[in-house]
Amino acid sequence: MTQRRIPYIILAPGLILLILFLVLPLISAIYPTFFDGGFTLANYTSFFLDDYNFGIFWRTIKISLIATLICVVLGVPTAFYISKSPKKWRGLLMSITLFPLLTNSVVRSFAWITILGQDGIVNNALKSMGLISKPLTLLYTEFAIVIGSVYLFLPLMVITLVGILENIDSEIMEAAETLGANRLVAFMKVILPLSVPGIIVGSILVFTGSLTAYTTPQLLGGNRNIMLATFLYQNATALGNWQGASVIALIMIAATLIVMKLFNWVAGRMDKRGEASA
Amino acid sequence: MRKNVGLKVFTGLVFAFLLVPLLIIIVTSFGTNSTIQFPIKGFTLDWYGKVFSNEAFMDSFFLSLKVAFIATLLALIIGVPAAYSLARHKVFGRNWIKSFFLSPTIVPGLVVGYAMYQFIVIKFQFPIIQGLLLGHFLICLPYVIRVVGSTIEQLDFSIEEVSWTLGCTKLQTFIKVVLPNITSGIFASFMLAFINSFNNIPVSQFLSGPGVTMLPTSLMNYIEYNYDPSVSALSVVLMLGTIVLMFIIEKTLGLASIS
Repeated sequence: MTQRRIPYIILAPGLILLILFLVLPLISAIYPTFFDGGFTLANYTSFFLDDYNFGIFWRTIKISLIATLICVVLGVPTAFYISKSPKKWRGLLMSITLFPLLTNSVVRSFAWITILGQDGIVNNALKSMGLISKPLTLLYTEFAIVIGSVYLFLPLMVITLVGILENIDSEIMEAAETLGANRLVAFMKVILPLSVPGIIVGSILVFTGSLTAYTTPQLLGGNRNIMLATFLYQNATALGNWQGASVIALIMIAATLIVMKLFNWVAGRMDKRGEASA
Repeated sequence: MRKNVGLKVFTGLVFAFLLVPLLIIIVTSFGTNSTIQFPIKGFTLDWYGKVFSNEAFMDSFFLSLKVAFIATLLALIIGVPAAYSLARHKVFGRNWIKSFFLSPTIVPGLVVGYAMYQFIVIKFQFPIIQGLLLGHFLICLPYVIRVVGSTIEQLDFSIEEVSWTLGCTKLQTFIKVVLPNITSGIFASFMLAFINSFNNIPVSQFLSGPGVTMLPTSLMNYIEYNYDPSVSALSVVLMLGTIVLMFIIEKTLGLASIS
């Protein structure tokens, strides 16, 4: 009898800490947003009916979507190249990919401030070439957040894809070419479909990462291009609107879960053998 | 295989995109001008001196190290036995419990920090530093459960049975047989959890106060009001730290084990 209780005693400390310091805090923050006298969804409907709030929500979705697409387009060929290179090169290329990922995200966003700023590298280069007389506004734009997010999450996409592509038999590609497909067609018709599970997992990571990112929009977006995370922070601190911050918190959690379910569902439909739910 | 020039050039450009911004930071850290310039006009190491004599940076650096270390240790103490139990014991709702242990990765970091701040710092009046430690414990735990869990699953169960047959108790077996065989997994999860806690910003964003500011947060605050090469210099120091850690991981486990 006591033997059977042992696993639960071992698991208990972790479970208790998670309940006390993650679940209860979340419930205590979010529960009041549904009650104003009685049960109500008014906080959420009014959030989405408000043009300003909805604009921030929509900007967050849009930027995350664009960043994810760019990461797929840049990531798949790069990962394919890495997975097919000789072993000693592969290790080096993987370390180069891993390095930015393990470097602080403030550092990585800051790099783009020096590149895109008013007095930044791009503007100075264009000025010295005589192409522009006044500096272009590149920093503190949605464009800057997109670049920053791609820069932040591309390594994650590449590493996820390399793991999948390494397991694809290289003879498949040769077979396709022997049967008359040129390289591009063989890539599109053979490699791309086989890498769908990797693309899905990578896209979930990039999309949810950009959706909830705080550092990049804070540093590269400025005050006019607020995203959900920066809006939450602003509500809780500058505006002192805890209710509003909690509403945004739940929207962020819900959006993350919906995106994960949606992408996995798409993967399940695309992969006829139904193996992509990983 | 024929050489595919197009793919090679494309990959080269992607790698340039990944590395050039970081190289630019390295170059700007040596500039003599009081604001960041590229290309630089003169060469100086003064900005590195400024970083190491900046008390706010140094205090937050040591705080970040301390918090990341304690949080990772706590996650290992609680996570390793839990991962073992989930892999080996018959537990009711095993998959559900495992997902629950991994759930801190699904909740956005800023939301974790916000909810904890409101609940334990405001409502229950915990000191901020304790909230910070617990928040970072939540960041670390999923890495331990995932990495150590998969190491244990790959470990041959029969060596434990042999140990029991030879008279060791279950606890003795865990300490003398299981732990020595999963040290690589423990080390890998320690590294991953430590790096991610050290680099994390969203969780710490709400959980900071006077004297309790983590290094990334203090760097971010500094950037909001300053645009001088000491930011580049600190960035270079952090990059060197990353390289040292990557080197240690490569020499002990191989980088493939954490990617």
